[in-house]
Amino acid sequence: MNTSSHYPNAPVAQPVARHTLAVIVDNEPGVLARIAGLFSGRGYNIESLTVSETEHDKHISRITVVTSGTAHIIDQIKAHLDRLVPVHRVVDLTLQGEALERELALVKVVGKGEHRVEAMRLAAAFGARTLDASLTSFVFELTGSTEEIERFIKLMTVVGLTEVSRTGIAAMSRGPEAM
Amino acid sequence: MSEMMTGAEMVVRALQDQGVEHLFGYPGGAVLPIYDALFQQDKVKHVLVRHEQGAVHAAEGYARSTAGKVGCVLVTSGPGATNAVTGLTDALLDSIPLVVITGQVPTHLIGSDAFQECDTVGITRSCTKHNYLVKSIADLPRILHEAFFVAANGRPGPVVIDIPKDIQFASGLYSRPRDNQHKTYRPTVKGDLNKIKAAIELMASAKKPVFYTGGGVINSGPHASALLRELARLTGFPVTSTLMGLGAYPAADKQWLGMLGMHGTYEANLAMHDCDVMINIGARFDDRITGRLDGFSPRSKKIHIDIDPSSINKTVKVDIGIIGDCAHVLEDMVRLWRETSPQIDKAALTAWWTQIDGWRARKSLAYKQSGSVIKPQYAIERLYELTKNRDTYITTEVGQHQMWAAQYFRFEEPNRWMTSGGLGTMGYGLPAAIGVQMKHPKALVVDIAGEASILMNMQEMSTAVQYRLPVKIFILNNEYMGMVRQWQELLHGGRYSESYSQSLPDFVKLAEAYGGHGIRCSDPASLDDAIMEMIDTPKPVIFDCLVAKHENCFPMIPSGKAHNEMILPDFEGDTMTIIDAKGKALV
Repeated sequence: MNTSSHYPNAPVAQPVARHTLAVIVDNEPGVLARIAGLFSGRGYNIESLTVSETEHDKHISRITVVTSGTAHIIDQIKAHLDRLVPVHRVVDLTLQGEALERELALVKVVGKGEHRVEAMRLAAAFGARTLDASLTSFVFELTGSTEEIERFIKLMTVVGLTEVSRTGIAAMSRGPEAM
Repeated sequence: MSEMMTGAEMVVRALQDQGVEHLFGYPGGAVLPIYDALFQQDKVKHVLVRHEQGAVHAAEGYARSTAGKVGCVLVTSGPGATNAVTGLTDALLDSIPLVVITGQVPTHLIGSDAFQECDTVGITRSCTKHNYLVKSIADLPRILHEAFFVAANGRPGPVVIDIPKDIQFASGLYSRPRDNQHKTYRPTVKGDLNKIKAAIELMASAKKPVFYTGGGVINSGPHASALLRELARLTGFPVTSTLMGLGAYPAADKQWLGMLGMHGTYEANLAMHDCDVMINIGARFDDRITGRLDGFSPRSKKIHIDIDPSSINKTVKVDIGIIGDCAHVLEDMVRLWRETSPQIDKAALTAWWTQIDGWRARKSLAYKQSGSVIKPQYAIERLYELTKNRDTYITTEVGQHQMWAAQYFRFEEPNRWMTSGGLGTMGYGLPAAIGVQMKHPKALVVDIAGEASILMNMQEMSTAVQYRLPVKIFILNNEYMGMVRQWQELLHGGRYSESYSQSLPDFVKLAEAYGGHGIRCSDPASLDDAIMEMIDTPKPVIFDCLVAKHENCFPMIPSGKAHNEMILPDFEGDTMTIIDAKGKALV
C-alpha cells in the first residue's frame, strides 16, 4: 500500500533474523557509546552486548553484539558499524555458519527444606558450580547457551530464585579459521 | 624533529603545518590559551564571527568553495560548543570536511557541572563523523593531525576535538607525523574493477540511460567533474543532478537536463522515471529526489557509485553498487569505455533524446514577468545574466528562494554553489558567503536569501563589515516564510499559521546601521540598474528585492506522487486540493 508520502513507505513485513556480530574496535574512550548510539539513533535493536579488551598491548577490544532485523537492516547495521572510525572489522558470525555462543550467569537462590535440596539437584544436573552457600542460600555459576541458561533460570524460579546476573553472549566461529 | 611546547601552541602549530590559512571562531574562557598562541603568530588568520553557528557555516562555505580544503573552527566550551551543533549537523549531512576545536573545562572538573561545561563529545557524537576528547598532552599532536585526515578522507565530514584547558597549558613534545593517516581508518577509494566492467556493459546496452549525479562528484574534486564531462561526451547520455551536485556538469551543455527532484525540471524527472539504465554518481537517493519510492524509476537497472558503503541499498535497491571515490571510479569508467568502445544502440538513443526534447518543450520553468511587480524567478534570472561573466559564487539560505536559485541560476563549474541541502538550515547563506569571500577576496559572492532566513544569522553582517568582505545579500522579500506558506496553501487549506514575516526591519537602514550599503527595488524596470549598483558597490550590500508575495515554487512533485505526476507552473486547477488526505500526513 502506498502511504502517499514523500518519505519512503514503511518496509513490507519481511522475515526477521537474529544475527551475532563480532566487532573489533580500538579500545578508546567513547567507543561503546558510539556503537550504542548508532543502534539507538537509527532504531536498531540490541539483544545482547558484550565488551572486553582482547589485545591489551594494541588496545583492541572485541564487542559481541546480538541484534535482529531483516536482511536489509542487518546489512545496513554492518555497513554503519564498519564506517565508524575506531572500528577495524565487523564479522557476521551468523552468516559464517553455526557459531559457538556462550554466556555466563550467576544465580542466587534462597530457601529451606525441600526447595533447597531441589535447587542443589538441579544445579548438579545442569553442571552449575556452587560459588557461595549459606544455611539459607546458594549462588550458582552456570555457563552455557542462552537457551540452557533460560531453562535453568526458569526452574530456579520455582525453588526460590532471588537474583540473576548475566554476561551476555561471547561468540566465536567454529573450525580452524580465525577472524 | 620534536619540539617542546604547550598544548595551545601545538594547536596553532598543527594548523600551520596543515596549511590552514583561515580559522573561524569566537573566544571564551576555555580557549584563552589558544587565542594567546594565535595572537603571537601571523600565519593563521583568525576571523571573528558574531555567533558560533556562523563560524561553522563560514568554514563550510570556505571548504566548499575550495575543493578539498578542510574548514577550521575554534570555539569555547559550553555554549560555544552547543551553538556549533547546528553547523556540525549541517556539515555531516552535506559531507563537508571540517575540523572544529572546542575548549573544555580543565580535566579534573569534567563531570562536575563546572561553569560553561557541557558534554561536548556526548552532544556531538551523533552529529560529527568522529570526535575526540583529549585527555593527555601526549595524544594531542597525533589527534590534531589525525582529525584532518578523518575529516577529508572517505566520505568527508566534521570532526570535533575537545581540548580541556589544562591540556592547553600543559607542555609536551610536538612533532608533525610523517603522514596524517589514522592508524586503522582506510576508506576504499578504488572501485571494484569487475563491477565497473559490469557497469560499462550495462551502460553500453542502454536504450534510455541517464546520469544522476550528486554532491559526491563535487566533493571528489574538480578532476571528478572533468571526468564526468568526458564520460558524458563519450556516451552521449543525458545528465541531471541533485541540488548538491549543481556545477559538476555545465548548465550550458546540450546534454544537461537541469536539476531533478521535488522542484526539478519536467525533463529531468521524467527521464529518471522512464529510463532503463540509471547511473547514480555520488548521490544518495534522498527522499527529496525519489518522491514516492514504489513509483521511483520503476523499470530501470540502477548503478550506484558511492564512497560510503552504507549508502548503497539504503533506500533504493541497486543492481550494481560500486564503493569508491567518484574520481577514481570515473577514471576507470572513461578508460574502459575508450578501450572497449562499445557498440551502443544509436537509434534507441536518438529516440530517447527525441522523447526528452518533447519533455523540454513543455518548458517547466516558464513564468510570466508582467505588470509592476517583480517575479522572484525574474529576479534570479536577471541576477544570473548580470553576473554570469564574472567570477561569481552563490550561497543561499533555505526555502523558496533557494529552489528558485537552483532552477534559474546556471552553474558551469563546480564549487561555485554553496547551499544547505541535507539539513536545510535557514541562516546558512550569509556566514557561508563570508567564508567563501575570505578565500576568494576578489570574487563576487552573492547570498541569495529570503527575508525570514536572513534574520537567523543577520549578526554576521558585522563580521563582513569588520573584514571588509564585500558580500552581497540578495533578499527575495515576499514577506512570508515562502516555502512554509506554499505548503500551507497546498496542504492546510491556505491557513497561513505563523508564516507571515511580521515586523520586518527596514533592510536598507539595517545595512547602513551595520556599516554596509542598502538597496531596495520593487520595480521590474529598474531591477537591472539596482543589481549593477549592488555589484559595483565595494562593500557589503543588503539588497531588499520586493517580489510577488504569493508566488509558488513550481514545478513540484506533490506529496504522495511519483516523478511522472508533477505540478507545472501553468497548472490551472485548485492548488488546495492537489494533495490528498494521506499525502498531508508527512511532508
